[in-house]
Amino acid sequence: MNYEVVIGLEVHVQIKTRSKIFTRVAAGYGHEPNTLTDPVVLALPGTLPVMNKAALDAVIKAGLLLGCQIAPVCKWDRKNYFYPDSPKNYQISQYDQPLCLGGSVEIELPGPARNLMGEHKKIPLTRIHLEEDVGKLNHGATDSLVDYNRAGTPLMEIVSDPAMHSAEEAYAYLTSLRAAMVYGGISDCDMEKGQLRCDANISIRPVGQTTLGTKVELKNLNSISFVRDGIAHEIKRQLAVVERGGTLVQETRDYDGQTGTSQSLRSKEMAHDYRYFPDPDLMPVKVDEAWKTRLRAECPELPFDKQRRFVEQYQLPYTLTSVLVWDRTLADYFESAAKLSGKPQAVGNWIANDLLRELGSAKLELAQSKVSPAQIAALVKLVDSGAVLTNAAKEIFIEMFSSGDQPEAIAERKGLKAAPTDAGELEQWCRDAIAGNAKAVAEFKSGKDSAINALKGPVMKVGKGKANPKLVDETLRRLLAAP
Amino acid sequence: MSELYFQSIAEHAAGLAAKKYSAVDLTKAVIARTKAVEGRVQAFNSFDEADALAQAAESDARRAAGQARGALDGIPIGLKDVIAVTGQPLTASSKMLANFVSPYDGTVTVKLKQAGAVLWGRLNCDEFAMGSSTENSAFHPTGNPWDPTRVPGGSSGGSAAALAAGEATATLGSDTGGSIRQPAAFCGVVGLKPTYGLVSRYGLIAFASSLDQIGPFARTVEDAAIVLGAIAGHDPLDSTSFKADVPDYRAELGARQGPWRLGIPKEYFGAGLDPEIGAAVEKAIAFYRAQGCEIKEVSLPHTQYCLDTYYIIATAEASSNLARYDGIRYGHRAKNAKDVVDLYFQSRAEGFGAEVKRRIILGTYVLSSGYYDAYYLRAQKVRTLIRQDFLNAYRDVDALLTPTSPIPAFKIGEKTDPLALYLCDIYTIGVNLAGLPGISVPCGFTKSGLPIGMQLIGQPFNEAGLLAIAQAYEKAHEWSARHPNL
Repeated sequence: MNYEVVIGLEVHVQIKTRSKIFTRVAAGYGHEPNTLTDPVVLALPGTLPVMNKAALDAVIKAGLLLGCQIAPVCKWDRKNYFYPDSPKNYQISQYDQPLCLGGSVEIELPGPARNLMGEHKKIPLTRIHLEEDVGKLNHGATDSLVDYNRAGTPLMEIVSDPAMHSAEEAYAYLTSLRAAMVYGGISDCDMEKGQLRCDANISIRPVGQTTLGTKVELKNLNSISFVRDGIAHEIKRQLAVVERGGTLVQETRDYDGQTGTSQSLRSKEMAHDYRYFPDPDLMPVKVDEAWKTRLRAECPELPFDKQRRFVEQYQLPYTLTSVLVWDRTLADYFESAAKLSGKPQAVGNWIANDLLRELGSAKLELAQSKVSPAQIAALVKLVDSGAVLTNAAKEIFIEMFSSGDQPEAIAERKGLKAAPTDAGELEQWCRDAIAGNAKAVAEFKSGKDSAINALKGPVMKVGKGKANPKLVDETLRRLLAAP
Repeated sequence: MSELYFQSIAEHAAGLAAKKYSAVDLTKAVIARTKAVEGRVQAFNSFDEADALAQAAESDARRAAGQARGALDGIPIGLKDVIAVTGQPLTASSKMLANFVSPYDGTVTVKLKQAGAVLWGRLNCDEFAMGSSTENSAFHPTGNPWDPTRVPGGSSGGSAAALAAGEATATLGSDTGGSIRQPAAFCGVVGLKPTYGLVSRYGLIAFASSLDQIGPFARTVEDAAIVLGAIAGHDPLDSTSFKADVPDYRAELGARQGPWRLGIPKEYFGAGLDPEIGAAVEKAIAFYRAQGCEIKEVSLPHTQYCLDTYYIIATAEASSNLARYDGIRYGHRAKNAKDVVDLYFQSRAEGFGAEVKRRIILGTYVLSSGYYDAYYLRAQKVRTLIRQDFLNAYRDVDALLTPTSPIPAFKIGEKTDPLALYLCDIYTIGVNLAGLPGISVPCGFTKSGLPIGMQLIGQPFNEAGLLAIAQAYEKAHEWSARHPNL
């Protein structure tokens, strides 16, 4: 029997706010344990939560970016369960009235070849809601210590429909979602710092069946490649169970990315009763049009939209756009250089090939680069005008990357400018080449265009590589066309 | 002129301003009185003499420098042991928090400090404010100053008893279902539960968040107005606090004159009402009528559902609010727990008393999957109807007049059935469910010498009007001039 895989993802994204969700104490990562705490974070007797508006802004913005409906009124609910990482022993979350409903994440599946665009799909979202993060337990041999620094960090839960059908789709979904969140300035989505966390609900069903199969929740998918590997592993496991004639049980499983295995954490029977009820300490929030309009104005163009525009507006090839659009800073950098130079493809190539290579080997971020978009544009102009040749330009770029000097100055200083500027001298070289290559001249005149290359060689040789090939080409053609 | 410790804030404000005595003199008088009677009253869980005297000395220094801060500067005010004061114990009269010291100030604490009040002592109450007699305190019962073999009411019994006994000049309590008004009635003092949202709850140990309000106990309506003026107002640390300007309640008292239209809810005068209390309240009604007030019988038809609604909502919220007492970060931690679940079970089993456990269990049940709609959701709907009853009545009347409690103070240990105790609150819980202001004002004594209180229920955020109506009665009677013989 053929089986179809059905996957839904629950992604938790930490929102990048200065303070925590319900109090003024700072949010952050990598601080001394229990230093980012106050009476509210520690749930001391008598303390109360107050909603951080920046966290609300971020969720609404995320919803607008992903095309969700923003609830006109939303409320906060308590999710009750006991665990030492949860200071109040309830988590403030949103149960039946999430801030965002619907929407979708656009994904691209791998194309038939690297330089060809793959299939695009929209993975529908169920909801996005706002909640608070919990602390962290550190287990010792005989005891456990709790660090509440993370507790109360604003956290967004983004739930997809069960609408993905392969580990690749899940991978593409997460990549695209992460890019949207980073683009929107909502989160840095660093999985190593726990800023993005993913649980997957996975089931299989016979092809053609419309009801969902028994779902397994896979937890601890703490890197993007673990998401792909973990899901692939779980699909294999489920198929093996079914093919053996076994029955799948609804359960939560823990994936170990190091060993590539998973084990059962708990079954459905042990599921919590969270006793959700509206939090009486927090007032419901009305989201009016003005609020949404203000945030809509802050929403950036998402990568796939940018990619389509780059292809159309700048006539860039797909491969180049896929290098440029995924990093918002890089895409902005490209656009600014492209506008200054008027030569988008050349600018794109310099950025995608040379700039990224140099940044990579120097282990630098784009923001740390000494090369400005204006300098890239200036370099492209130098090449385009024939003032420097491509090989010389490569050398200029490397010097520019390390010194930050203007390309023109580097070309002058290092004697890398194309010569001659004297048209008479170039014409003389061309005449000499024509005079000494009767065969090539005859072939060209009889219609073999490529024969002109045989004439260019001697000119370039005389010019010691500094002769502008474009000028050489023009001059030769002019002389050959003369009666 | 009565003893210093029985005088009102208004009297002290005049006495201190005229430099007849100092804040230190006053505080010393209150401390001495406390030491003299506390053996019989047991209103306090703890007090800090040196701290109180230091505050009083600061008040005197301010006054000497011409920087006195108003009527509360130098006045000894006791706080129910559910309100956080930096460096002072905060126990909620529970074994769970027996050794907890607050590292922060609640908002009312900050405001009282800013007003120059001398914060004096931690007052006993029912554990986590759950009860109507203060017998649920994990530490000791409190005696009613009028008869120490009887309860002072609850849950803010210590706050009412301390004031009645002269152990403080005013006190703060908290009222979730009557916990200020009922003990005020039992102890013969004024007790005000403000409109929900008027006084910040930040720093008040939560029992039922949507019902809890902090309010004053005072010797007179005027004193209650003074304290309310100091503690009311919007607080950015409490999302449920109301954004509005706070009037000068004391000044408003003089500005507001009757006659008023008073509603008498017929459901509040039925079976179970002690005849002596009924008679005293009828006399009060007659007084207002004689003053030219229009007296109208009104109906609050959903009154019969108040008790059930209250015990669903209050316990549901409490079950969640009290989850934080787990022995992990602070509070009682059981020894020798096997693992974390065992630590929870043992710490909570040992730390909480029977009534607290009963309410946590009830609240957990009503929120459980499959029961939520039938209990909690239904109760919230009924709550809306109950509030609507009051708002409907206010189309025709300015305030409602009822007994505060169906019975006067009973003997310690007399009522062992929890349901019988819950019935003590039948006239007060509707006010909390509707979020309204309510005040209990002394309106007489039983033949055996126990105080009787009447309750006036006002319109939302119209404390000024409510206080004026209460004061009109108070000024024409001398109940507050009587003091218990201890």
